[in-house]
Amino acid sequence: MTTTSAPSRPAAAPEQPEQERVSAFGGLSRVMLLGFVRDRGALFFTLIMPLMFLLLFGALYKSGGTPHVKIAEVGQVQLLDTAEAALQGQPNNPLAALEITKYTDESAALEKVKKGELDGLVEQGTDGRVVVRYSQGDQVKASTVQGIMNGLVQAANQQAAGTKPPFSMDLGQVEDKALKPIQYLTPGLLGYAVAMGAVYGASFTLVSWRKKRVLRRLRLTPVSTGTIVAARVGVSVLVALAQTGLFLAVATMPFFGLKLTGNWWLVLPLVVCATIAFMSIGLVTGAVAKSEEAANGINQMLILPMSFLGGAFIPLDFAPGWLQTVSHALPLRYLIVSAKSVLSQGGGLMDVLPSMGGLLAFAAVMALIASRFFNWDDA
Amino acid sequence: MTEAISADGIRKRYGDVQAVDGVSLSVQAGEFYGILGPNGAGKTTTLEILEGIREPDEGRIELLGMNPWPRNPKLLPRIGVQFQASAFFNKLTARETIRTFASFYGVGPKRADAMLERVGLTESAAVLTDKMSGGQAQRLSIACALVHDPELVFLDEPTTGLDPQARRNLWDLLRDINAEGRTVVLTTHYLDEAEVLCERVSVMDHGKVLKTGAPAALVREIDDTVRVSVESGLITATRARELFVEAGAEIANLEDNGVTLAVSTRVPAPVLSVLAEQNALRGLEVRGATLEDVFLQLTGREYRA
Repeated sequence: MTTTSAPSRPAAAPEQPEQERVSAFGGLSRVMLLGFVRDRGALFFTLIMPLMFLLLFGALYKSGGTPHVKIAEVGQVQLLDTAEAALQGQPNNPLAALEITKYTDESAALEKVKKGELDGLVEQGTDGRVVVRYSQGDQVKASTVQGIMNGLVQAANQQAAGTKPPFSMDLGQVEDKALKPIQYLTPGLLGYAVAMGAVYGASFTLVSWRKKRVLRRLRLTPVSTGTIVAARVGVSVLVALAQTGLFLAVATMPFFGLKLTGNWWLVLPLVVCATIAFMSIGLVTGAVAKSEEAANGINQMLILPMSFLGGAFIPLDFAPGWLQTVSHALPLRYLIVSAKSVLSQGGGLMDVLPSMGGLLAFAAVMALIASRFFNWDDA
Repeated sequence: MTEAISADGIRKRYGDVQAVDGVSLSVQAGEFYGILGPNGAGKTTTLEILEGIREPDEGRIELLGMNPWPRNPKLLPRIGVQFQASAFFNKLTARETIRTFASFYGVGPKRADAMLERVGLTESAAVLTDKMSGGQAQRLSIACALVHDPELVFLDEPTTGLDPQARRNLWDLLRDINAEGRTVVLTTHYLDEAEVLCERVSVMDHGKVLKTGAPAALVREIDDTVRVSVESGLITATRARELFVEAGAEIANLEDNGVTLAVSTRVPAPVLSVLAEQNALRGLEVRGATLEDVFLQLTGREYRA
């Protein structure tokens, strides 16, 4: 301490040498972390809720796989019975995709097909004909019904003719490049969680510290603005990395089956940049809002649309063109798209670097805007 | 003696309100200085300008020989500040709060805990600050202002809203702080507090300093009027006035509000003997002037905190 020019006065309690090193940065970080951990609402909305979404959607979409086709067998259909016996236990049994229910009443079965409760109807026609009727309501299932029945007829014909087929087909699956639900659910919901945590962390600290005059009180301590900002960024980044760790731990469980590809760790620096970008949004809302309630409203109004349009809940690959265009204006999109690429699609440095740069540039612009609205106190 | 604070002609205007209108004051090192005035007199704004969190529109300030505005990080470790409403972090206990403030000055947890002990909060150390009583919060706030051992302490209405017992406890603490050699500047709207604690006070109203001096000297200056009062109904006001004049007592003021008959005079002896002769001494009270009378004389109106 600099008390060189201090007027002489009886020394109060001589300064004892402290064993522990204390710093304003450490003190502030601790305050912010405790404030977060002790705020059940914040914990729930930034950690628990997004994780629950992941568990819920992950479990819901998991049973996607091959579509099951429901067929009504009206009366006795010879073809189906022989095929069933012949194909029992064979690999690639086409009948496995069929769920056959026996019906005696043709019109009742037909009615169900019309309503879409059944996908098709098979009955014995005259002269060995097999009559297949289906609804075009679901085109995928309609063609599945056609394909399978067609295959069965051909196979039965060959068998009846007693010849070995001149051509046959071996089926082998290749590595599926198409997205599995967990592959877009993980980065999408993680993006949503990180956005929530960072936006709220920055805006609530700003609003409540200003309202409770803590900001002004800090002005009267030797703590610099840079230290306050650094502590807030540090704590938010820590929270975001905890979210990332938790999400990846859950998603890679065998039940959900996310398989990480080589450079998955690039998601870490990406999340750090995204956190800074989202915090800058929180700085603006926190500077503008007069109360926590107002900040909460503004934050939700920003985060929810950004999550829907940015591909957090619905993957952008399935989105219409205009939505893809809109999403380019949203910082969340860059986090989600790049995270998806490096996490499970074999993406590398070049898939995250442009996004990271963009996110940081966005943060710089928002921070500039926030500083225009910033006030130390409400007065 | 060294000057801890010197302010000259400071002014601050908020829209149409001239909150501080040319305040000048000088506080000596080691002094216990009071800024006294009713609510809205401009005490807090004056204090905030002295502390350096508000920029004055006009005027010159020196705090420990330095200009507090713009924010001067060299000055800040040497001053301690307590706000009118406690400014604490969310969801922290008393101990965590003072340790956090200590960390801003590089002061370790040991000294922070000692300061907590000093203000009698050791037993409430684990209580969250928003669960503390008004008196506890004020003491914690003062402890946070003192944790780095500052030489100049600003306290903004530290006893407002406290019960009488808590107020007295806090007075003892404030006296000790000053006795250690610290300069203490305190605002208050309690006249008794200023009289009991402060070596010198500045009486403020409408953004101006009306008078500065030791409380006792201020009281003496207003002509040493003594207020004599007895129960109402023992003697009529008119008759009393006649008798007082006959006895040669000059009367500054005489009134009967139905409960008490009060006489203000500079010569209490003849007044008292007249009342004794008339056997009208029931409920007798004799009181010298107080800061309240000083305020009345300076502003021409009753003091209303």
